[in-house]
Amino acid sequence: MEELVNLFHGFAVALQPFNIMVMIVGIVLGVVIGVLPGLGGANGVAILLPLTFSMPPTSAIIMLSCIYWGALFGGAITSILFNIPGEPWSVATTFDGYPMAQKGKAGEALTAAFTSSFVGALFAVAMITLVAPLVASFALQFGPAEKFAVYFLAFCSFVGLSKEPPFKTIAAMMIGFALAAVGLDSITGQLRLTFGFTELLNGFDFLIAVIGLFGIGEILLTMEEGLAFRGGNAKINLRVVLQTWKELPAYWITSLRSCLIGCWMGVTPAGATPASFMSYGIAKRVAKNGSNFGKGEIEGVVAPETAAHAAGTSALLPMLSLGVPGSPTAAVLLGGLLIWGLQPGPMLFVEQKEFVWGLIASMYLGNIVGLLVVLTCVPIFAAILRVPFSIIAPLILVLCAIGAYSVHSSTFDVMLMLVFGVIGYLLKKCNYPLAPLVLAIVLGDKAEEAFRQSLLGSQGSLGVFFSNTLVSAIMVLGLIALFWSVIQQGYSRLRGAVA
Amino acid sequence: MKHTAQTALGAIAALCAVGISVPATAAWEPVRPVEFIVPAGTGGGADQMARTIQGIVTKHNLMKQPLVVINKAGGAGGEGFLDLKTSGGNPHKIIITLSNLFTTPLATGIPFSWKDLTPVAMLALDEFVLWVNAEKPYKTAKEYVDAVKAAPPGSMKMGGTGSKQEDQIITVAVEKATGAKFTYIPYKGGGEVAVQLVGNHLDSTVNNPIEAVAQWRGGKLRPLCVFDAQPMAYDEQIADGKSWKDIPTCKSQGLDMEYLMLRGIFMPPRATKDQIEYYVELFKKVRATPEWQDFMKSGAFNTTFLTGADYAKWVEAEEKRHETLMKDAGFLASTGN
Repeated sequence: MEELVNLFHGFAVALQPFNIMVMIVGIVLGVVIGVLPGLGGANGVAILLPLTFSMPPTSAIIMLSCIYWGALFGGAITSILFNIPGEPWSVATTFDGYPMAQKGKAGEALTAAFTSSFVGALFAVAMITLVAPLVASFALQFGPAEKFAVYFLAFCSFVGLSKEPPFKTIAAMMIGFALAAVGLDSITGQLRLTFGFTELLNGFDFLIAVIGLFGIGEILLTMEEGLAFRGGNAKINLRVVLQTWKELPAYWITSLRSCLIGCWMGVTPAGATPASFMSYGIAKRVAKNGSNFGKGEIEGVVAPETAAHAAGTSALLPMLSLGVPGSPTAAVLLGGLLIWGLQPGPMLFVEQKEFVWGLIASMYLGNIVGLLVVLTCVPIFAAILRVPFSIIAPLILVLCAIGAYSVHSSTFDVMLMLVFGVIGYLLKKCNYPLAPLVLAIVLGDKAEEAFRQSLLGSQGSLGVFFSNTLVSAIMVLGLIALFWSVIQQGYSRLRGAVA
Repeated sequence: MKHTAQTALGAIAALCAVGISVPATAAWEPVRPVEFIVPAGTGGGADQMARTIQGIVTKHNLMKQPLVVINKAGGAGGEGFLDLKTSGGNPHKIIITLSNLFTTPLATGIPFSWKDLTPVAMLALDEFVLWVNAEKPYKTAKEYVDAVKAAPPGSMKMGGTGSKQEDQIITVAVEKATGAKFTYIPYKGGGEVAVQLVGNHLDSTVNNPIEAVAQWRGGKLRPLCVFDAQPMAYDEQIADGKSWKDIPTCKSQGLDMEYLMLRGIFMPPRATKDQIEYYVELFKKVRATPEWQDFMKSGAFNTTFLTGADYAKWVEAEEKRHETLMKDAGFLASTGN
């Protein structure tokens, strides 16, 4: 109950007029940042960080976290309208969001995405409020072996639960692993696969690959199909929002499951990206109309968005209570905390009550404000699709190029983006799924690092992945996911034999 | 026109002289935003320091042009150093360094040496402390080292940031000094290392004070000794009635190893004297602010400040030392893995 008292005190802090103003400004700035591909939450927060130095710490963190929420909401907009995910965790949103937009249902897709994000975030904040102290100690149980098990589960559920041919999925994933291996090997400190090119020191950045594979690839495909930008007949009034809201409660099971997946992945520092992919994969397998996933199913937007935001929000908990940032954006926020003289860690909840609970209260309010702001803008965003392709395509191309350039301020990256665009076009033409490739680029080197750290610690014994109940349970889940279709076949054959 | 500009400059110089009472040179000033390169990822020690400086400069209006922090962490910081090396004559770019100034070129063979850059100033030195989990029985460095020696070789795990960088160099030096044998496990960031130690996935770390102080205050970690010639200067109590000053030196515990990490500023090659002077004055002003002093205290930094020839001499000696340390450890790129 002490938490609730603290929370109400926090609301009192967050509801001061100045803080509400800061909240709205933050959300609007965040949406703008989220819409520009490549700029992303982390860069946006970093650029705007100095703005907040003259504010009291609580207002400053409210502003920054609202920029973060705004960017999360904004990221869904480009994913759905242009098939360009601005952040790793928006990738899964494109699978069904973009086909919906092409069918003229951009308004529905956006509403579903925003509402699900809101539900996911709210669920995660409620969890933070209630179980903050417990969760921090749970996260401590995650060593390298447990982290690897989580990544393993993400990869397996993608191979096993996907309706694509598993070998095509694995082939695409392997390309992703190979690309992820380029750059510095963090275990030995040696350079790998750079062939003496200093541009490759940093490896292939996920964002550049994604902007190319999805954004440029999509433009190439559309050009081939005759310069028509489908979805021009999008309904653009606020009634769409209300109609979609009527539909959404039917997917409450998917929402709840995605919330749980998201919170779990956010707290164990695996993060929002595996959460969104895993949630999408499971929803596809379990849902009644799962076979329609990828063709514009609203449930396919709900699942990843809910999970990603639940994870993104709950990832702030390890940052506050352990000082470990779960995402680049969280890392920049962490830098901000230090500048304001706040030391994240176990003592923050004890010594800086007003700050912590003010922040948590602002998560509730910030998300409500954010939802209102973006929902009122749905018609405007959907209207973008009415602009003729010949005008919008060059604009998107320019935006993509700016986005790719701004990641490392390097023109080499713009070239790389174009190369990835061609690769994306070719892979799509050959019906190879792009998602596993992206998943492997994002998580490949993290998985490799965790794997090798585990083996270093166990002196080479693979037994470390089954050394305690937690890690064994996750590994077994992964194996079940991997062989799911085989298990299912075996099961139905067994039933057939019995009958 | 020229005359007006000179008058204006003169006026600015006069204002500076009156306002800040620093000898007004005003010979060179940035005319564009200055890029502040961090050759490491977001959230690490160098990044925190760079962002603190950015905050101080903004808050106190120390520069007329904005200072923009940019992370170029690729190839263990090689990306950032090469960027400066190839920006010769561009005074609108500075870099903050950590020990990877020495270790990255030595370990990876990237064509770069600190001599390719222009030294500006040493801001501070970062300390290294030997930490164990507070639940473990070891109260002194000696007890811990004895326990490592008694355990089967390699079964005790030392965690650290990066591979073949400062943390692993210290680990190898500790092994040499004591005959104990660790398994070194590299992680991406110091904060993560400290948390892995709290979760008992590691047996010890050599975290910088700022990376582990929160866990110490929370009663989760215990400092055993500091790798410096004398104890740290800060006597404010942190946890269990102890301050940074109460942590004994490792040498006094029979662990003969000293290591401090450079937090210094460099410019690209071919910087003029006026340009260097501008940044030296800027950092002198930064050091005078209360925010900077708080930051130094929170991270228990060694606040040595060097510029000019003294700084260059220090860097040169340190490079030689790293070459020896890394050669002894077998970390040099040419000798293979």
